[in-house]
Amino acid sequence: MGQIQLSKVSKRFGDVEVIPPLDLEIEDGEFVVFVGPSGCGKSTLLRLIAGLEDVSGGQVIIDGEDATAIPPAKRRLAMVFQSYALYPHMSVRKNIAFPLRMAKMDKAEIDRRVNGAAEVLNLADYLDRRPGQLSGGQRQRVAIGRAIVREPAAFLFDEPLSNLDAALRVGMRMEISELHKKLETTMIYVTHDQVEAMTMADKIVVLQAGVIEQVGSPLELYRTPRNTFVAGFIGSPKMNLMTGPEAAKHDAHTVGIRPEHVAISDEAGDWEGVVGVSEHLGSDTFFHVKCDAFPDPLTVRAGGDLELSYGAKVFLTPDPAHLHRFDEQGLRLG
Amino acid sequence: MATQHSRSAARLMLTPAVVLLLGWMLVPLTLTLFFSFKKYLPMRGDSLDRGLDWVGFANYTRFLSSSSFWPSVQTTLIMVGGVLLITVVLGVLLALLLDQPIWGQGVVRILVIAPFFVMPTVSALVWKNMLMDPVNGILAHLWRFFGAEPVSWLSDASLSSIILIVSWQWLPFATLILLTAVQSLDSEQLEAAEMDGAPVLKRFWHIVLPHLSRAITIVILIQTIFLLSIFAEIFVTTGGAFGTRTLTYLIFQRVIDSQNIGLGSAGGVYAIILANIVAIFLMRIVGKNLDA
Amino acid sequence: MARSTTTKRKILTTGLAWAVGLLIFFPILWTVLTSFKTEAQAINDPPLFLFFDWTLENYAVVQERSDYMRFLWNSVIIAGGSTLLGIIVAVPAAWSMAFVPSRRTKDILLWMLSTKMLPAVGVLYPISLIFVEFNLLDTRIGLIMVLMLINLPIIVWMLYTYFKEIPGEILEAARMDGATLKEEILYVLTPMAIPGIASTILLNFILAWNEAFWTLNLTAASAAPLTAFIASYSSPEGLFFAKLSAASTMAIAPILILGWFSQKQLVRGLTFGAVK
Repeated sequence: MGQIQLSKVSKRFGDVEVIPPLDLEIEDGEFVVFVGPSGCGKSTLLRLIAGLEDVSGGQVIIDGEDATAIPPAKRRLAMVFQSYALYPHMSVRKNIAFPLRMAKMDKAEIDRRVNGAAEVLNLADYLDRRPGQLSGGQRQRVAIGRAIVREPAAFLFDEPLSNLDAALRVGMRMEISELHKKLETTMIYVTHDQVEAMTMADKIVVLQAGVIEQVGSPLELYRTPRNTFVAGFIGSPKMNLMTGPEAAKHDAHTVGIRPEHVAISDEAGDWEGVVGVSEHLGSDTFFHVKCDAFPDPLTVRAGGDLELSYGAKVFLTPDPAHLHRFDEQGLRLG
Repeated sequence: MATQHSRSAARLMLTPAVVLLLGWMLVPLTLTLFFSFKKYLPMRGDSLDRGLDWVGFANYTRFLSSSSFWPSVQTTLIMVGGVLLITVVLGVLLALLLDQPIWGQGVVRILVIAPFFVMPTVSALVWKNMLMDPVNGILAHLWRFFGAEPVSWLSDASLSSIILIVSWQWLPFATLILLTAVQSLDSEQLEAAEMDGAPVLKRFWHIVLPHLSRAITIVILIQTIFLLSIFAEIFVTTGGAFGTRTLTYLIFQRVIDSQNIGLGSAGGVYAIILANIVAIFLMRIVGKNLDA
Repeated sequence: MARSTTTKRKILTTGLAWAVGLLIFFPILWTVLTSFKTEAQAINDPPLFLFFDWTLENYAVVQERSDYMRFLWNSVIIAGGSTLLGIIVAVPAAWSMAFVPSRRTKDILLWMLSTKMLPAVGVLYPISLIFVEFNLLDTRIGLIMVLMLINLPIIVWMLYTYFKEIPGEILEAARMDGATLKEEILYVLTPMAIPGIASTILLNFILAWNEAFWTLNLTAASAAPLTAFIASYSSPEGLFFAKLSAASTMAIAPILILGWFSQKQLVRGLTFGAVK
């Protein structure tokens, strides 16, 4: 079981309230991602759940039991840290066995579990090495191994992939997702990278300045962002947001259209503009188009075959079905 | 990372060290303060059991008006200042030299560090006899070799001689710390300055020296702490004669030689005040440097 | 800031560095050389450098006259005991300040360091009184306690700077893994900080070994360490340069050798971690 409930949880550091009281429910077996820009309080929230920080108010309830006063070691949660936090003076085997040793488990059982974890994580050949002799990806796996042997109620990941290079990150992302499918244990994952959030999560929690902006599945957030912050944060490249007369035409303060929902043509369309920088990814090409109607250039996604030179005149047409409308407070309309 | 639990554990674990140091500071301090207001001459029959006479600030005024007081403060400041100046300046130069490519760098470093390991009593004795003896010392031989009259170092140039001895002991420390700092200097910074056309001296002044400022602060702080209480070097060489009586040594003489506990204690209080003035001054600098 | 240079320049710097190094080392070298001479050769004019009749006689005389081994043993016990005791008190304190810092942490650290600035003479008499009261005068345990207290600020300070370099996440990981505070310090922090603890021990052993105020003033005979042994040679008695040299060599040799073997750790220790 790994059902976690936050009830009116808040956190102050001195006079600064980093997390105003918030409620959140995480179901057993869910993969939940906390995402937001740096300094939004997502890591703090994770540490409150872990018990590494005291809450300033509210309750942390794990499997129906109030865990607010329970020390981290007794919460049946395992954590994977950003720096992996491996014990540098212990072999991989000892690292993975450490939590079991602390739990005074008998030796045969420890061996069985460590070997099992090593098997799952492809670490069997490295058990006698020190963390210093491993690559970044292997260290990451050791950290995960140390977490899974405990068979915890839930896993907490604190930006675990941010120290890996881009190629490895994609691989590890898959591995963690795979692990989740296999173990079916609750996982809470903190990241500032919306791509990780979109690709891994069952449920995304978007945070800004300690406040939950929206909770929902990746596609819900993509299709119906609750406000302009979520609209701009989820999706890559960012959604184009426009204010002024064009927005007024749609009875809104702000309208948004994702780059993939704008058609580009050199003959006719709603908005006239000039091609600026274009980014060729092969499969797709992103054009930054300066339109007379808007102060900021619009990003437009087109097929990889389309080639337009710098300064070329083009016409853009938004797909009305995918137009997002927001009011003065930035909240979604309709 | 702080929960209520870890904070209270931290307080608990900090307590023994704090209590020990507090006791080490307060108990003798209180006693010293107590004695400083008393007439206490054990040789003349005063004793704690019979009770001591309260004399108010008499000891303080007497210590202050004694002809030895101001000279001793002056001697202390000259000695500490002189040693600091010599060790920092030579330390910087030596650190820059040792940072150059050298064959046998490890051995040279060992040679340079060695004086730090020599206990103060030994180094004072060795310098006094083996080097500075006006008849058989190496320096006397050297002077005679050049046809000069050997110098009676510890009576004619006593304070400078002691500064020299103490500087010899502390130069390794300054050099080591400054060397570590020099080695951490980013060579790209120097190369950039070279590209910008800065000559060697300017590079030293504008890049190397600012980079060393933190290390120099540390050297000054730590050395001052130890230098203020220099004792063995004076005890062994001049015994406080020939203008080498520092405040520390003056108080020592009052307490031990003349067995005037009251007067010595008043002197002790002065020394503590002096040390605190220096301490506050230094702590300010270091406190600022710690944040960086 | 090592940079590539020409061979010519390297010859120049090498020559200069060796000259300076030998100059600084000379007093020690001269003392060691003289200790192998006879008294007459020791004051020969001109001075004799290598070509004299090497003899061990002085060492035998010094050992016979002053019982070197007893002083040496006292030095080892006092320096070792005070350092060990200091470490035991300082490790928990440094853990607290490094990993659970509060607003007062910096003040406490600076205050601790400031106690080192208390002039020893200012409190010499009260300490002697206390020593008399508790029968600690001229005992090793008394000196161990005093030296532990005077070096404690430095031990705490050094350990603090070393502990600061250990990422807090690793200790948090241990906590998440179910380690108690004791297990966290014993199984995770201490093994990781071994190099730092080693240089702290080393530096404080040397400081305690060379301490020459309290060791001279609080001992008479039975607990006197090497600092007192050598001070007994400070009054000249006729021809004595060679014997003085032998005694000096015997007093500094153990620490000199220890210091040389561990100079890498020492350099780190000496800088208090404050200079990288």
